[in-house]
Amino acid sequence: MPIRVGLIVNPIAGMGGSVGLKGTDGPAVVRRARELGAMPRAAGRAAAALDEVAQADIEFELLTCAGAMGEDSALACDLHPSIVYRAASSDTSGDDTRGAAQAMIAEGVGLIVFAGGDGTARDVFEAVHDSVPVVAIPAGVKIHSAVFAVNPRAAGDLVVGVLRGRISRTREAEVMDVDEAAYRDGRLSTRLYGYLRVPDDARLVQAGKVRSRSEDSAADDLALAVVDTMEPETIYIVGPGTTTRRIARHLGLDSTLLGVDVVRDGQMLALDVGERQLLDLLEQNRRARIIVTPIGGQGYLFGRGNQQISGRVVRAAGIENVVVVATPAKLASLGGRPLLVDTDDEELNRTLAGFATVTTGKGRRSVYPVEFPRGTS
Amino acid sequence: MIARHGEKVALKERFHQAAWQEKLVMELGRPGRRGVLVPDAGDDIRARAGDVLAGTPESLRRRELPNLPEMSQPEVVRHYTRLSQMVLANNVAVNLGLGTTTMKYNPLVNEFLSRSPKLAELHPDQDDSTVQGILELIYRFGGMLAEISGMDRFTFQPAGGSQGILANALMMRAYHASRGEADQRDEVITTIFSHPANAAAPATIGFKVVTLYPGPDGIPELEALKAAVGPRTAGLMMTNPEDTGIFNPRVAEYVRVVHEAGGLCAYDQANANGILGVTRARDAGFDMCQFNLHKTFSVPHGCMGGAVGATGVREALVPFLPAPTVEFDGSRYYLDADRPASVGAIRSGLGNVQSVLKAYAWVVSLGAEGLREAAHMAVLNNNYLVGRVTAIPGASLSFGKDNPTRRLEQARYSWEGLTADTGVHTMDVHNRMIDYGVQGYFSSHHPWLVPEPFTLEPAESYSQEDLDEFAAVLERVAEEAHSNPELVKTAPHNSTAGASVPGAEAHPAMTWRAFLDVQGQGAE
Repeated sequence: MPIRVGLIVNPIAGMGGSVGLKGTDGPAVVRRARELGAMPRAAGRAAAALDEVAQADIEFELLTCAGAMGEDSALACDLHPSIVYRAASSDTSGDDTRGAAQAMIAEGVGLIVFAGGDGTARDVFEAVHDSVPVVAIPAGVKIHSAVFAVNPRAAGDLVVGVLRGRISRTREAEVMDVDEAAYRDGRLSTRLYGYLRVPDDARLVQAGKVRSRSEDSAADDLALAVVDTMEPETIYIVGPGTTTRRIARHLGLDSTLLGVDVVRDGQMLALDVGERQLLDLLEQNRRARIIVTPIGGQGYLFGRGNQQISGRVVRAAGIENVVVVATPAKLASLGGRPLLVDTDDEELNRTLAGFATVTTGKGRRSVYPVEFPRGTS
Repeated sequence: MIARHGEKVALKERFHQAAWQEKLVMELGRPGRRGVLVPDAGDDIRARAGDVLAGTPESLRRRELPNLPEMSQPEVVRHYTRLSQMVLANNVAVNLGLGTTTMKYNPLVNEFLSRSPKLAELHPDQDDSTVQGILELIYRFGGMLAEISGMDRFTFQPAGGSQGILANALMMRAYHASRGEADQRDEVITTIFSHPANAAAPATIGFKVVTLYPGPDGIPELEALKAAVGPRTAGLMMTNPEDTGIFNPRVAEYVRVVHEAGGLCAYDQANANGILGVTRARDAGFDMCQFNLHKTFSVPHGCMGGAVGATGVREALVPFLPAPTVEFDGSRYYLDADRPASVGAIRSGLGNVQSVLKAYAWVVSLGAEGLREAAHMAVLNNNYLVGRVTAIPGASLSFGKDNPTRRLEQARYSWEGLTADTGVHTMDVHNRMIDYGVQGYFSSHHPWLVPEPFTLEPAESYSQEDLDEFAAVLERVAEEAHSNPELVKTAPHNSTAGASVPGAEAHPAMTWRAFLDVQGQGAE
């Protein structure tokens, strides 16, 4: 039986960008975007990705939503999909994205392809969690999430890889979103919402001459290396991330998926703590370390998805006690771009900029450039 | 036909490799078939020879016949001739794409020298007095490499670049141990664009490894190194130029910073083909280095004779060299195994001496000026090719925007633009090139810091026509990526080999027995 692939297009994604709005979350903003003359671009981006798949001439069954939410893009590529979801109105919303994803899961899809931005990724995540892998076509204004392919063609290529059986592994990728209301007011506040499973294209990291270890075992090696160096009577403030989560797992502890947890002497001291609690804990404990890993697709160490670890928290723990961890593949995936720090403390950002010593595995460290995005705080 | 610069090069449009659909040799033949019928010795000879197995201990005698295919001689000759037609080797195709490996012409005359019974029939355990010739050659060649690098003594025992790097790491450790600092100094610093053996070899003997990542110009900033050095620093192990082909102009400062911290500095000269006679390891302050004779010094790689990581050190480190060393007392050459501070043998015997002979012959044939000329020609070839390749839409030179300085003997490029425009990846391009009768290229060591990478190294022995042909093939495949991406993605079409099966590398089978095991498991 041919594999079933679901396609969801968020038709309003990306409309804000061309008219200077930051995202299109909420009907009022969409209306404003339309008034400003914004053109839908998600459908075209989706078609560009689908075209890759159509060209490859592989047997598969395409399930999608009526009209602009997928059908139009499919027909533009001479693909003939089954319609499994119809939006009640042409003013689609997050409810439609979620509804469509649920309908597709009920139909037993093996892969969901969606076109949109961070908001769309959140909606898909809420419906899908880790039940089905996804391929995300970047079409929104906000692309902080690591789930997105670098461009529509690369997304199509991933789908072909999965359908041909060339890519059989998946990895977790962060779903991040900015608080758009705060963003439009000039404040940047991102949250980590969860993880979607995306196809893990080994070709992008593997070289012909060297057989790469799987990213999984590299991350385990790294987590064990961190656990090995843990000292007694020291609190470990563990930031969110797929890499850092393994540290708790190797300690046999349950951790929160998205929050900041605190470990001491092999025990979980506090789960999902905020800035206030962290400052209290730092007052009560003489020795502390902060363990962070780059978050999202852009390499933020601080300021995206882990704002609980504020400038005050870092200063209270001591800048020298910040432990940065990342697998070599994760560093390589930055494509030479620096790591970024964007805490609420500009002076601290300046201090952290320069070079970070990143633990990459047992007995292995890297010295990697760090910058702070000027003028965003 | 000679293509002048700018003229269109005629590609091998109708190239097709021999596809013999040849089975594995173990699947050929029939029971009872044989090559040579050995005549019966006869009673007289048997009586005079006595029991020929008497000298062979019982434990070494074979109890069962070996599991070999039973074939006639014509079948065997046919089989191996066919296999030889199914490869794109150095002697068949332009092979300048394997960057970092310095695939240059291996003079055939040196093969005749090394196959001479005078060398081929020597035994590593022969008495020194009976091998004076080869010992003299090794001794003299050590002196030549000392002159080329500025080091004081060389060993040819390591059978490859990574063994040479391992020897240097062992000597680094022994040096610190001799000063009572072995426990304190347990970190080796390297760079991400150095050959990965500079991280792997020291890690193998227990060093922790600190890797420096580059800044926008492709080279780690001095500040990055300063952030890495400290009282734990045992030393620095790095390549220069790195795999990007960029020569690190701050290298002498690197060495100074590491020396000030009490560390040693080892120079991996795997990429030395552009600097012979131009700059020396010693002049940048290095304490130790290694050359890959199978790259820079014209010795063939692997299957035609074995690699050599010629490893050299400054006077102060000579006591730590692998043993035995070749010494000269003014009248005779001899092996010195009585070296208490030595890190021991890296390999049995004196290593791949036939390769040392070939490298010696190459250097003697060129002379000092010839070596420098070879280096200049390699750099010229490379920069000519950089111009041709970067003119292809979709191809770019890594770090080219922030660092336009000339590359030395090799360059790492990226197809990032082509992939974004067409969805065609670097390995797709590689697979399609073969269809035009040129050898494919090397992408990059792991991890891929440069997206969609490829690394070319046109050594001095390639002609301008070779370079033009290679560039024209890349240009053609890039055009095809736009006009017919599926053609490129499903390549090769005119080659013996198909695209490799994904996941097959997880179950390599280098022997028939391993192959049967893998078949039994069912490769994923």
